[in-house]
Amino acid sequence: MKSTKDIAALLDEPACEHNKKEKSGCAKPKPGASAGGCAFDGAQIALLPIADVAHIVHGPIACAGSSWDNRGTRSSGADLYRIGMTTDLTEQDIVMGRSEKRLFHAIKQAIDTYSPPAVFIYNTCVPALVGDDINAVCKSAEERWGVPVVPIDSAGFYGTKNLGNRIAGDAMVNHVIGTRDPDPLPLTVQRAEIKIHDVNLIGEYNIAGEFWHVLPLFDELGLRILCTLSGDARFREVQTMHKAEVNMMVCSKAMVNVARKLQQKYGTPWFEGSYYGITDTSQSLRDFARVLNDPDLTERTEALILREETRIRTELEPWKVRLKGKRVLLFTGGVKSWSVISALQDLGMVVVATGTKKSTEEDKARIRELMGEDTVMIDDGSPRALLKIVHDYKADILIAGGRNMYTALKAKVPFLDINQEREFGYEGYQGMLELVRQLALTIESPVWEAVRAPAPWKVKTSSLVNRENEIVNTADLSSAKPSPEGEGWVTTARMQEVEQRREQLPRGI
Amino acid sequence: MADILKRNKALSVNPLKASQPIGGSLATLGFNRAMPMLHGSQGCTAFAKVFFVRHFREPIPLQSTAMDQGSSVMGADENVVEGIKTIAEKSRPALITILTTGLAETQGADVHRNVREFREANPEFADVAVVAVNTPDFTGSVETGFAATLTEIIRALVPDAKEAGTYPGKRKRQVNVLVNYMLTPGDLEALRDIFEQFQLRPVFVPDISDSLDGCLTDEDFSPVTIGGTLISEMATLGDALATVVIGPSLAKAAELLEQKTGVPTYALDHLYGLKANDALMSALAEISGHDVPERIERQRSQLQDAMLDTHFMLGQLRIAIAADADLLNAFVDQVQEMGSEVVAAVTSCNVPLLSRIPVASIKIGDLEDMELIGKANKVQLVIGNSHAVDTAERLGTPILRAGFPLYDIIGGYQKTWIGYRGSRQTLFDLANLVINYSHEEIPVYRSVYAQKPAGELTGLNSSKALSCH
Repeated sequence: MKSTKDIAALLDEPACEHNKKEKSGCAKPKPGASAGGCAFDGAQIALLPIADVAHIVHGPIACAGSSWDNRGTRSSGADLYRIGMTTDLTEQDIVMGRSEKRLFHAIKQAIDTYSPPAVFIYNTCVPALVGDDINAVCKSAEERWGVPVVPIDSAGFYGTKNLGNRIAGDAMVNHVIGTRDPDPLPLTVQRAEIKIHDVNLIGEYNIAGEFWHVLPLFDELGLRILCTLSGDARFREVQTMHKAEVNMMVCSKAMVNVARKLQQKYGTPWFEGSYYGITDTSQSLRDFARVLNDPDLTERTEALILREETRIRTELEPWKVRLKGKRVLLFTGGVKSWSVISALQDLGMVVVATGTKKSTEEDKARIRELMGEDTVMIDDGSPRALLKIVHDYKADILIAGGRNMYTALKAKVPFLDINQEREFGYEGYQGMLELVRQLALTIESPVWEAVRAPAPWKVKTSSLVNRENEIVNTADLSSAKPSPEGEGWVTTARMQEVEQRREQLPRGI
Repeated sequence: MADILKRNKALSVNPLKASQPIGGSLATLGFNRAMPMLHGSQGCTAFAKVFFVRHFREPIPLQSTAMDQGSSVMGADENVVEGIKTIAEKSRPALITILTTGLAETQGADVHRNVREFREANPEFADVAVVAVNTPDFTGSVETGFAATLTEIIRALVPDAKEAGTYPGKRKRQVNVLVNYMLTPGDLEALRDIFEQFQLRPVFVPDISDSLDGCLTDEDFSPVTIGGTLISEMATLGDALATVVIGPSLAKAAELLEQKTGVPTYALDHLYGLKANDALMSALAEISGHDVPERIERQRSQLQDAMLDTHFMLGQLRIAIAADADLLNAFVDQVQEMGSEVVAAVTSCNVPLLSRIPVASIKIGDLEDMELIGKANKVQLVIGNSHAVDTAERLGTPILRAGFPLYDIIGGYQKTWIGYRGSRQTLFDLANLVINYSHEEIPVYRSVYAQKPAGELTGLNSSKALSCH
């Protein structure tokens, strides 16, 4: 278990703007009114995309059982990360103190069955509380079987998901990064006319494979990504991250401690950027050239940006017409609000309010910069509060994490999932096309009208008065009336008339 | 509204169409103690029989006038009369239908005269209803054959109100329900339940839920149908409160029934999706004088909830549908209600309904047409019968099996599509197909510089297994 001091050290993140406030560090969750994940959640989410590692969750079934295989991250090959592994601790294990032993054997089993290049052990609340020494277990397992076993001490009660991200980053810096030098650049991929630079991306998770929209551009520019922490990453790639010339923090500052520590230890400069939206994608590419200080790269980057932006803006034109002026309530969790705002503004949409619960002070400043000073920032993410804002600000759509999906749907409000569980990739120039498609899909869907309208028999009370008399009095059956809706059903005598009317009406009535 | 694209090629490849006698047989099989007899060569019947056996997985009573070379050239009147007589003697059915085939019609058979001749010569079989229908193979489809047969059965078996003394509403709970070929036994069971919740007694005409529902009976063999609409019931249709007609193809049958009986008709295109079922419930509430039961209102809101849940998968989904007109229209309505795009609509023959189906164009053609149009329009999901499974595979899309025939799944004939509940299940099925199969993945990309472990297989060539139907 981490000591209070350890946690305080993690919370004290000099690279984070929150630190400058009086109450430093991440906000404390509020009992009875809390919706976010825990530190274990954050740690697992941050590292699970490392695809060839055996990820073992050490704890009772709840931790892994409720969360495994629940992410949209994609791998280009290895898929061990999709296999859920947990020690599934029982009452006996906990009472009799057998959980360390079970963990030790669990590591052996994972190595025997899957021969992974490394095993990650996620500590959870119960073993942390009963005092399992997972560092010691990992160390002796590694010595015994000769496979790196990395402890990630991430009990849920340590704090928020954000803290979990940092714990994960910390574990990588302490145990993995710097344990191997990068492969020499193969001759086949060297190009005489340009210099290939080594870079890292931190906090890019390749949700739905979205980074594959961007990756070809890196190849074209001659930027070798040593490692993306952690989308489509491999253990051997993480090991080499210390040798990069520059690190980019993608979107979220959740693992900013990795960037800061790599700078401290190895002097690697870093910058922050995002691949959501045209503006940010271009800016991020420019920043690589700027920090690498390679004029030739700058020139080629500008040419590439010009080409890509021209292409995508033409392709987006028909969609912009459909989405222009539509009002968005943005309530993001993991993905940074400001980067999505810029993507939406690129499309001519109006962001009426945005969630900032997890945003840092710097994020908020950027949001104000993008949206103006009076922008509505939402800290209360309860369903009731969100819906109130949707109604008050006449939002056409709620963009939020999957957790809020059913809040929106039950309230009959269009919704777009932006969190890591989603199935669509929005990054890069190409991702904008998917984003507009998904936005239009839900906003323009005919289901909203269908579910908002009351049942026809709820609105036509007057015509049904005396209906019973009509039926009993069979003398006048020829007058069986069409319903006020008319087109749904009619007497055959009137079919022709209705046929004619139908042709003038929009279909489907 | 839709552009009707007529056939423009000589060869029909992977046909969609099933012939009129098939439809006529199906309509007949929905009556109790009935026997359809196809007037043609033996093969006409044998193929039809196999078609039904594979679809329903039931023994199917179906006879043939067994035209041979002689009768084909010299006239087959004898075959018809003898055929009727043989069936009447052997099985004493309540109803025999004589359904012509391409062969008989080309020859110039007059089956109506044949039936009159049989009647005159065999007064001892007066209790066996015999109905002749022109259902040549070379025109129409299952849909039109079914409708024509039903029309003729009504003409023959429903007495005029004046003569029989029937009057609408004499039976205060009875509602006649004319159902088209697309309602499955499962649909009819569900529909009966809905009617009964409104305190109404539906008389289905025909009722394949009582004859082709896969029920085991005490009799180990019966040469004729067991179950189905009672022929005696046809005489009471004039006493019903109302007639509900499902399917535009039955417009003529409904018109005739109303003419004969004066019972008012409520016409519904189909019972797929929210709006269609709203129309049904409104009609039943009006006919019965009862409010829509709470249980049904709950099912309605369950469907609405399912619409919300599935619109993410079904919105803008590019769908190809190959089906006869009534069924095509039903699916178009239901998927358009969800925001899907019907990018390929293929049907078997031209009927008046086509022009008002709200898609840009409808191709009268075969499954090859669907494949080509679907391919050109980057279709993501196919709705069609079992023959379209290979088509879907070549298109690389999942398929929702619907229509006739369904031979490569068990219980397809029994599936409930209608009502709020059936509609909800359809949405789930469609969404599941898309989730598991046709989601447009971002292609895997490997950086040329990547330090991935040597020899690691990329997911580039991994193919996903075809999911459930």
